Amino acid sequence: MPVDFPLRLTLAAAALATLGGMTAAANAADIRIACYSDGNECPATKILAERFMKDHADIHITIDEMPYKQILESVPVQLAAGNGPDIARISDFGQVAPYQLDLTPYLPDADYWQKAYGPVLDWMRTGPNDHGIYGLMTQLTVSAPLVDKTLFDQAGVPVPAKGATWDDWAAAALKVAKATKTPFGMAWDRSGARFSGPAISQGAKFFYAAGHPPVVDDGFKAMAAKFVKWNQDGTIDKDVWVSTGGGYRDAFEEFANGKIAVYLSGSWQLARLQKQIGDGFDWVVGDAPCGPGGCTGMPGGAGFVAFKGTKSPKEVALFLDYLASEPVYAEWMVMTSNLPANLDLQKKKLDYKFTPAGVAAMAQFQANAATLTPLAYKLQGDGLSRPMFNATVDRISQAIAGQITLDQAYERITADVADAAAAKNKK
Amino acid sequence: MTIAATAGRGLGRLYAALMNLPERPMRWAQGHLPDGRLGWLFVGPNLAIFAVFTFLPILIDFYYSGTGGTNLLPTERPWVGSENFASLTSCQDYLDPNSCVRDQFWYAIWNTAKFVVLQVTLMLVFSLATALVLNRKIIGRGFFRAAFFYPVLLSPVVVALIWKWVLQRDGVLNAAFVGAGLEPVEWLLGARSAFGWTVFVSIWAHMGFYTLILLAGLQAIPADIYEAAAMDAAPPSRVFRRITLPLLMPSVLVVLVLGLIRAVQIFDEVYVLTGGGPGSATTYLVEFIYNTGFSSQVRQYGLAAAASLLLAGVLLVLTLIQLRGMRPSKGDGRG
Amino acid sequence: MARLARMMTATRGHGRMDWTDWASYLYLILGTALMLGPVLWLALSSLKSPAGLIEFPPTLLPQEQVRVSVPNYPNPLPLYRITKGDHAGQTLAEVRKIGLQATMVDPAAPETPIRVPVEDRTKLMQFHAAWDNYGDLLQKFDFGRYLWNSVFITSVATILTLLLNSMAAFALSKYKFAGREPVFLLMLATLMIPPTIILVPNYLIAAVLGLTDNPWGVIWPAVATPTGVFLLRQYMLTLPDDLLEAARMDNASEWRIYWRIVLPLSKPALAVLAIFSVMWRWNEFLWPMVVLGRNETFTLPLALNSFQGELTTQWNYLLAMTVVTLIPVTVIFALLQRHITQGIASAGVK
Repeated sequence: MPVDFPLRLTLAAAALATLGGMTAAANAADIRIACYSDGNECPATKILAERFMKDHADIHITIDEMPYKQILESVPVQLAAGNGPDIARISDFGQVAPYQLDLTPYLPDADYWQKAYGPVLDWMRTGPNDHGIYGLMTQLTVSAPLVDKTLFDQAGVPVPAKGATWDDWAAAALKVAKATKTPFGMAWDRSGARFSGPAISQGAKFFYAAGHPPVVDDGFKAMAAKFVKWNQDGTIDKDVWVSTGGGYRDAFEEFANGKIAVYLSGSWQLARLQKQIGDGFDWVVGDAPCGPGGCTGMPGGAGFVAFKGTKSPKEVALFLDYLASEPVYAEWMVMTSNLPANLDLQKKKLDYKFTPAGVAAMAQFQANAATLTPLAYKLQGDGLSRPMFNATVDRISQAIAGQITLDQAYERITADVADAAAAKNKK
Repeated sequence: MTIAATAGRGLGRLYAALMNLPERPMRWAQGHLPDGRLGWLFVGPNLAIFAVFTFLPILIDFYYSGTGGTNLLPTERPWVGSENFASLTSCQDYLDPNSCVRDQFWYAIWNTAKFVVLQVTLMLVFSLATALVLNRKIIGRGFFRAAFFYPVLLSPVVVALIWKWVLQRDGVLNAAFVGAGLEPVEWLLGARSAFGWTVFVSIWAHMGFYTLILLAGLQAIPADIYEAAAMDAAPPSRVFRRITLPLLMPSVLVVLVLGLIRAVQIFDEVYVLTGGGPGSATTYLVEFIYNTGFSSQVRQYGLAAAASLLLAGVLLVLTLIQLRGMRPSKGDGRG
Repeated sequence: MARLARMMTATRGHGRMDWTDWASYLYLILGTALMLGPVLWLALSSLKSPAGLIEFPPTLLPQEQVRVSVPNYPNPLPLYRITKGDHAGQTLAEVRKIGLQATMVDPAAPETPIRVPVEDRTKLMQFHAAWDNYGDLLQKFDFGRYLWNSVFITSVATILTLLLNSMAAFALSKYKFAGREPVFLLMLATLMIPPTIILVPNYLIAAVLGLTDNPWGVIWPAVATPTGVFLLRQYMLTLPDDLLEAARMDNASEWRIYWRIVLPLSKPALAVLAIFSVMWRWNEFLWPMVVLGRNETFTLPLALNSFQGELTTQWNYLLAMTVVTLIPVTVIFALLQRHITQGIASAGVK
C-alpha cells in the first residue's frame, strides 16, 4: 500500500509536533503580567509597557488580561505548583503572600518607594517585622457616599454637609425617598470593606492587641444594629445585601436608574458615573459621614505584586520602578481615572480629562482620602481582614434575612474569624 | 465542485490510512494475547487517561481531606487525621444547623435534601408528561422535541444568566406584572421564592434530556399491547398504571439515577442565579465546598475535600439503593 | 387531498380532534414558548445600549434616543417630546440640562432657547440595535485567535473522545474479561465526585506532566468521559453478536471488526456523544481558567470574560458575550438534531 506509508509518517510527525507544544527561543527577558481591569487598567499598562520596551530592547513584557475570578482563584494554584506569572494585579494580598518577591535588593532607589508609597506598602507585608517591598499599588480607592443631587433638589432637602453623622444621612435619605417616591433612600455595596468604614466611624476598634484577629466590639455592634434596622425599615435597599450574585454585589445600576438617593460606594465608580449617567441627573460625592470614632471611609485598591518564581527579578523590579516614578505614575492615573496611591501625587492636582462634574467629584474623593484614619489603613492591610469582611457580609445578610438573630451573627462572625486564624496558623 | 471532491477524497484517504494504522499491531496482539485479554487493549487508552486525570486526583483528595492549613501543595500541609470530618459532623442537634460547628455545611445539607426531593420528583413528572404528549400523533413533533431539548445544550452559567436577567427587579417578568396591574415581586429576594426558582431553573435546563429518554422508552413499548388493552375496553388510567408504567421502568430508573446525581451536585446555575442567597437559603452542598476551598480568602482546602468525600459517599449509597431496588424489573440480565 | 386532510387531523384514532389533542397542542406550544422565549429575550436584550438596559419597564426592541443635527450646534442634540406646560405637544432638542431645568431649542428655529422643567418632557425613542456591544468585544481583543483555540480544542477533544470512548465501550460490551464490571462501575462511581474538588489536584498533575499553558492540557484530561462510555456501551449492547461472529469467521481482526462493523452501526449514539462533547468542551470554563495562564492560549469563553473586573459588571457586554457563546452550539444542534434525538432514544432504553 504505497499511499499509506508516507501518510503514516506524516501523521506521526504531525502528532509529535503538536504534542511537543510551543517552543519559544527567548534571548530577551520575558515578563508576563497577569492583569484584570476594573475600567481600563490593563490596556493603559500595556501602553506604558510598550514605551518601556522601546528603551529596553532586551526586555519583553506581555500583559495577559483575564477575568478577576481567574486571578483570585487560579493564580494562587498556579503559583503553588511552581508556574504562574512574573507579576500579577492582585487585590487580595494575603492569598499570594507566600510567593511574593522582595524587590528591595533590585530597586535602584528603595528609599523613594518608602517615602512615596509608605502606608500602602504595609498592605503587602506579612507582619510588623516585615519591611520588604513586594509590589506597586495600581491605584488608591476610597469609599464615599454618592448622592443623587437631583432627587435631593426635588425633595427640597439639603445634602448633608461635612460633619453630619450616619443617622443624619439616613434620615435625610429616607426623607428624600418619601418625598420623591423613590423606592429606597440608600444602598450600600455588598462588601465587608464598605461596612467597615461606617463601623470605624461609629467607634469600632477592630484590633485590641497586636497580632490578634479583629474583633466584634461595641462600635461594630452599634453600626450593625443600625444597618440591620435601616434594611428592615426600608431606608436601605435590602436586595443588595440579602440576595444575589455570589459574594460581592454593587448597587450601581439601582443608583443609575434613580432608584436610590444615596449610594455608599467609592472612587472606582467615577468612570462609570461619567459614562453611564453623564448628565442624566446631577450626581455629587458627599463627605464621609461621621460618628464617635471619626469621619472615615475605607481605602483599597489593587497592586502589581512580583513573585519569587520569576526568572528575571531585576527586569521585573526595573519595570515596576519605571511605573512608580512620579511622572509615569501620574500619567497612568490620568489614563485610568484613578486616585494615586503615591503620597506626593495625592497632594497635587492631576489633570484628569473629566467633565466638570467629574472634576468636582474627584476633588471630593481626594478630600475624603485625606480624612482616612490610620485604623482604616491598618484594617485594610491586616491578614485576617478578608475573613472578617467575608464573615461580616455573610452573617449580617443572614441577620437581615431573619435567618439568625443579630447576637448569633456576632458570635458567628467571631467564630468564623477564629476558624480562619486557626487554619492560617496550622503548620 | 472539484475542490470539494478532491478534499473529500483526501479526507477519505486520511480516514482509511488512520484506520489501518493500528491494524497490524492489533493483529499481532490478537495472536499473542490469551483470549479475553484483548479487551484490555481497547479499554486501555481510555482507562489510562481516566486513571491519571480522574482517579488519581480523587486519591489525592483523600489525602487532602486528612490535612489542614492553607497551603495548596499537599506536601506542605500538616496532617490532622480525621479532624476535618469531625468538625463537619459535630452538631448538638442535627436538625438545627445553628447548633453545629459548621453551620453553613448543615444549612447546605438540608437545603440540598429539600432541593433534590422536590426537583427530581417534579422533573420526572414533567418529563413524563411531555414524553406522553410527544408520543402522540403530533404535527411538528420533531420541532417540539428539539425545542424542549434546546436548553440542555446551554452551559449552566448561560442558563443562570438568562433567568437572572428575566427575574431581576427590573426584569421582563416584573414588567409583565406591572403591565397587568400587579405589583412587581422580588423574585430572588425571598427565601421560599428564591428556592422555588432554583428548582424551576434547573428543571427548565435539564428536562429535555430526560424527556427524550422517557420518550424512547415509550416508543419501545409494542403497539399490540395497547391494542389488546383497547379490545378489553380498559380505561386509560388503568392502561397507564398497569401497562405503560411497568414497561417504562428501565427508562424511569435511568432518569432517577442520573437526575439524582445531577441534582445533588447542583452548583453553577444556582451560584450565578442567587449566589446562595438570600442569607444561605439557596446554598447547596457544592457551593459550600467551593466557598470553603476556593473563594474564601483563607482557603480550607482540606475541609472542602472532606466535605466532597462525604457528599460522594452519600450519593454512592443512594445510587446503589436505587439500582438494587429496581433490579428485578429491569428485564435483561446484562446489567 | 383526502390523505392530506387525514394526516392533518390524525388524532387518537377517532378522526376528530378531541379535548386531549387540544390540550396536548396547548401544552407543547406553551412549553416551547417557555423553553425558547427567555433565550430570545436574552438575544434581544444584548442589542440594547447600557442606558437601554436599565430602563424599566424594558422595551421589547432595543431603542435609543433620537438625535438630530441642529444648525449652530456642533454635536447632534437629543430630542424630547414635551408633555405638559406651555410647549406641550412640541418636539424640542436639548442643549443643556442643569438640575431640574433644561434649556431646549426647536430644531426648526434654533435661535431662541426655551426653558423647560425636566418633568414636562419624555425622551423620543427610535429603534436602534447596539451592535457596538458585539463590535467592542470583537475589537477589544484578538477574536480570531481565541475562536481558533476553542475550535481546535473542541474538535480535537471530540475526535479523541469518540475514539477512546468507543474503544472502551466496545470492549466493555462485547468482550468478557475479568475486571469488566469493576472497571465500568468504577467509572460510574467517579461521577459522584463534584468536579469542583478535582480542579486543584488535576492542576498539580498537569503541572508535573508539563501540560499547563497548553491546549493539550485542556484536551487530555477531558476525553475519558464516563458518561460517554456509559452511553456508547448501552447502545453497543443492542448490536447483535452474530454480526461479529460472522466477521470473525471471515478471519477479520478485532480491530477491523471495531472499525468496519461496530463503529458505523453506532452512528446514532456517536452523534449524541459528539454533540455532548462539543457542548462540554465549548462551554468549559473552570478547567481552562485554571490550566491556561497566557492570553494567547485562552479559549473563547475565557477571553470573553476577561473584561469582568472585581468591582463592576457591564451587563451589555455580558449579554452580548453570552449570545456569542451560544451561537456555535445552536448551529450544530440545528444540523444534527435528528441524530441526537434518535441516539439518546436508543441509548436510554436499556
